[in-house]
Amino acid sequence: MLRLALLIALLALPLKAEEVVMGLSRDQVRINTTFEGSEILVFGAVKREAPIPKEPLDVIVTIAGPSKPLTVRRKERVLGIWVNTDSVGIDSAPSFYAVATSQPLAEVLSSVEDLRHKISINSAIRSVGAPASIKDSQAFTDALIRIRMRQNAYQILEGAVSLDEQTLFRVGFELPANLTEGEYRTRIFLTRGGQVVSQYETGIDVRKVGLERWLFTMSREQAMLYGLMSLAIAIAAGWGASAVFRVMRQGG
Amino acid sequence: MQIYLPIAEVSVNAFLLLGLGGMVGVLSGMFGVGGGFLMTPLLFFIGIPPAVAVATEANQIVASSFSGVLAHLRRKTVDLRMGTVLLVGGLIGAAFGVVLFNYLKSLGQVDLLVRLCYVVFLGVIGGMMFFESLRAIRQTRSGKVIPRRKKHNWIHGLPLKMRFRTSGLYISVIPPVLVGVAVGILAAIMGVGGGFIMVPAMIYLLGMPTKVVVGTSLFQIIFVTAFTTMLHATTNYTVDVVLAVLLLVGGVIGAQVGTQIGTRMKAEQLRILLALMVLAVCFKLALDLLLQPSELYSIAAPGGH
Repeated sequence: MLRLALLIALLALPLKAEEVVMGLSRDQVRINTTFEGSEILVFGAVKREAPIPKEPLDVIVTIAGPSKPLTVRRKERVLGIWVNTDSVGIDSAPSFYAVATSQPLAEVLSSVEDLRHKISINSAIRSVGAPASIKDSQAFTDALIRIRMRQNAYQILEGAVSLDEQTLFRVGFELPANLTEGEYRTRIFLTRGGQVVSQYETGIDVRKVGLERWLFTMSREQAMLYGLMSLAIAIAAGWGASAVFRVMRQGG
Repeated sequence: MQIYLPIAEVSVNAFLLLGLGGMVGVLSGMFGVGGGFLMTPLLFFIGIPPAVAVATEANQIVASSFSGVLAHLRRKTVDLRMGTVLLVGGLIGAAFGVVLFNYLKSLGQVDLLVRLCYVVFLGVIGGMMFFESLRAIRQTRSGKVIPRRKKHNWIHGLPLKMRFRTSGLYISVIPPVLVGVAVGILAAIMGVGGGFIMVPAMIYLLGMPTKVVVGTSLFQIIFVTAFTTMLHATTNYTVDVVLAVLLLVGGVIGAQVGTQIGTRMKAEQLRILLALMVLAVCFKLALDLLLQPSELYSIAAPGGH
């Protein structure tokens, strides 16, 4: 039924009546030793062949870091002691997620469309297999969002997208310093009355470079050598400090 | 100055880490403890993932212990023979401890058991040391001659006697090996180097002089933590060498300073300070268990209990 309704809705729309043309201030982020986070400007225009419809246009931009499974645990008081009791496995949660909109998210996106395109933070996190013993598995997802938002890893930027003449849009994102490597999926949705009318997707390449790259690769590919190198540095530093202090003591 | 750590994948303040390393290094040189039990929670606090914190710390402890041992070797306060005997016991114990740990994990609630173990153990050791050293200090103050406890008990009847010249002991190797095994098991279960358990055990169970204990403890910690570092580096890939370097620069300097402070202090003063530190850690852990945490939920790697 729902699918049929969607199909009708899709057919009713003139195909590709409005299209996104977008640009990024940078499509790659290089993480070097002194990396302190990065700013990314997403901008673009709406290309259309027909006159602007009456219903106002809205823009949603999302950036998602690589996803990973994880576990959320909850502490409970047992015999007067706080211990981890329940835990829920999250199938996949992005390491970074930011949603920017031109108006409050609830106004520009219907919940059906949110589920379909996985736009809000809550729908971007995939969690299916909560054990039957845990009734309130949503509380675990909420906690995950709360903790990550506090770390600036999840951001909701409602009203951050500035939209001129229903055509030109632009929004700035601040990527925190604690970035994980990978492809950062960047999506732009044009919505009208809560329905997505057009979307565009691209990627930002976040990668370690230089020393960071070298050490990371070595730790994975030559783990034994990497371990020995770490130990050698430790021993050398220990010896070095001892030698320096001996000289200082004799000198002083 | 912010530095991005390649393995931990977080950006941290370099000076903060240098300071942390230095502080823990001083304790290491003074008391012969690795300092992992202090450093781990501090690293968690500044946002380093737990697995990386534990592994990298082992590497840092290698450096500060090595620095400390060299300082102690110059003062001839390392009993290499005793250290080796303890180390052999420790490695056997650690291997056994890992097996035991996995068994407990399969039963569930190992986390709670470890924490309770910690609190009880630290409380008992800290309390005993505190009162013993207090008594010793009072006796010196009142000018009484301390009767040297050279009791002849069943321990001296054991076979396989060995002379530990630096410690001034002529005892069977069985008690040191057993102490090593026991500390090794506890260290493996609790995930610590075991310095703060080893030091009191050497003083009170083996009757070693406090001055020698510190260097000897550091000597065996080097090997235990070097082994742990390699294990983590090759199986979990969690050793962050950049983080380690930042910590160990402070650590090796701190260890030298700590050793100098240590040698200027009286044995019982050193013991009472160690006791206070152990009690403080115990108190903090007990509070964590008893007080309601501000965030009941925590995020962990998948699969963990």
